[in-house]
Amino acid sequence: MSTSPQQSEVSASQDLPRKRGVPEGLWIRCDGCHDTVFRKMVEKNLGVCPQAGCGHHFYVPAKSRIQQLLDEGSFEEWFAEILPLDPLSFHDKKPYRDRLRDEQQKSGLSEACLVGRGYLRGRPVVLGVTDSSFIMGSMGSVVGEKLTRAIEAATRLQLPLLIVSGSGGGARMHEGIYSLMQMGKVCAALGRFHEKKGLYISVLTNPTMGGVAASFASLGDVILAEPKALIGFAGPRVVQATCKIELPKGFQTSEFLLEHGFIDRIVARADLRSEIARIIDYCG
Amino acid sequence: MSTDETIAQDDSNIDSMSATARRVLPFERPIFEMEEKLKQVERTGPPSAASRELIQNMREQIAKMKRNVFDHLDAWQTVQVARHENRPQTLDYIELVFDDFMELHGDRAFDDDRAIITGFAKLDDRKVLLVGQHKGRNFKERTEHNFGMAHPEGYRKALSKMQMAAKYGLPIVCLIDTGGAYPGIGAEERGQAYTIAYNLREMSQLATPIVCVVIGEGGSGGALGIGIGDHIAMMQFAYYSVISPEGCAGILWKNSKFADQAARALRFTSKDLLEFGVIDEIIREPPGAAHRDHRIAAANLKASLTQALRHLSGMEREQLVERRYEKFRKIGVFEESLITNVST
Repeated sequence: MSTSPQQSEVSASQDLPRKRGVPEGLWIRCDGCHDTVFRKMVEKNLGVCPQAGCGHHFYVPAKSRIQQLLDEGSFEEWFAEILPLDPLSFHDKKPYRDRLRDEQQKSGLSEACLVGRGYLRGRPVVLGVTDSSFIMGSMGSVVGEKLTRAIEAATRLQLPLLIVSGSGGGARMHEGIYSLMQMGKVCAALGRFHEKKGLYISVLTNPTMGGVAASFASLGDVILAEPKALIGFAGPRVVQATCKIELPKGFQTSEFLLEHGFIDRIVARADLRSEIARIIDYCG
Repeated sequence: MSTDETIAQDDSNIDSMSATARRVLPFERPIFEMEEKLKQVERTGPPSAASRELIQNMREQIAKMKRNVFDHLDAWQTVQVARHENRPQTLDYIELVFDDFMELHGDRAFDDDRAIITGFAKLDDRKVLLVGQHKGRNFKERTEHNFGMAHPEGYRKALSKMQMAAKYGLPIVCLIDTGGAYPGIGAEERGQAYTIAYNLREMSQLATPIVCVVIGEGGSGGALGIGIGDHIAMMQFAYYSVISPEGCAGILWKNSKFADQAARALRFTSKDLLEFGVIDEIIREPPGAAHRDHRIAAANLKASLTQALRHLSGMEREQLVERRYEKFRKIGVFEESLITNVST
């Protein structure tokens, strides 16, 4: 089987890094090689820096991720009608309600994750993607509920489950204890899925931290990570402040996790589709 | 001697109070001052009718002050009470609530993490497996128990003992008291995130009754890592939160000095969580909170555990696991618009 890149499914319109701190325009600066690269080239290259020897993986929005992974036009979104509320009437510097509205406008997403079903190289899968740009990709009630329903559907339909995680925020503070409990809820659903011998492939992208790392993201039967993603429980600054010694080189990167035995493989974005398909063929 | 004179006379003694008094929280100070005055009155001379009446009045006043203060603690004050150095911890409750404790050590992989204590114990005649986070009180203990902040080996130890308990049908009691799972280099190297995640998944499936009580601090994933159960209770002045108030303030207010504001915003007191339906029960603490009277706190905890275990032990194992699933399944607040074009 050919493992050529899936250009056909990746429309040039994928709105690549329109994330805070990433300048918009024709050129963008690469955090990997620190060169200025032509945005179009990056977009064409699945959001990976095209410079020779760099290969830095930029953030990609959830919708682009789905286009990259699934067969063209095959994604059927589920549970889009589940929308966030503000159960604590939470205020920090800004009311949570306003924050939600602003994030929705900025990202074009109603919440930090999309779930649904589709085909990956012709193989049916249930897919969940968290988007690290929506309140740091954090998990509140909506993310927890959508993922749980997706996992329950995968259990019922006996389909492989694929979750692509990107969350710098972990459990969402603004929904307090409800967010923490989503970790228990999603993991319980994964427990049932596991018991029914469902195949769960977890893909970790930059960053996957806190309550997301400490729940569904770490529970894949097979765990893949994109190169040089930040993955861990506590944030590096917190670890630094606690230990008061210099952090080891490459601490909490994909490579660090591979070395310590917590992920199966590091997979470049261009190879994700073919690798996932192979895993499904072995286990499905 | 009038009451006023007694008070005036005793003021000089306040600063030379016992070690206990040095750990007095700001909002407890008036209560402690009154108690010291009462002690003085009790010490002075043979009881006369007048002094007996004075003592009685002072006792009533103290009880009233305790109620006034502790019935209206705000979230940040609750955190201070939950972290109080004299607050009863797991090893205290092992002494006061359980009999015949037999500690079991080690995770069979790396270490014996002293931040989580595990072992067999009896609650009256009922045999249980006890899992409890323990912080320690003085420097030596706190170092040994790593301030109650477990590494992956602690969560792994807890799970392996719980799995054994399930094998023999022993109910499990988890006492939660941690600021959080330890955020260290070794903890990350050994898979803190994975270990907690794995505990959440496996605890949701254990076919034996699990009762969890937050006895002090319920610090985020580190608390939840031993917190998936059939009956979840909190001691009255415990708190249970997605993030520490300092951590939340540091991120959202950009300065941990706003911890008091963050504490109020996070809604994490036992009263909040009962109202949200996240916990099943609040266990009352003695007047002035658990650190003032370990025995009453322990008796209340024991009564709660006994009742919960009695209730749960009557259930079929499958029903128990099903019920636990539903318990967590229903937690979450969201809007669901009526336009549903999805069939799964």
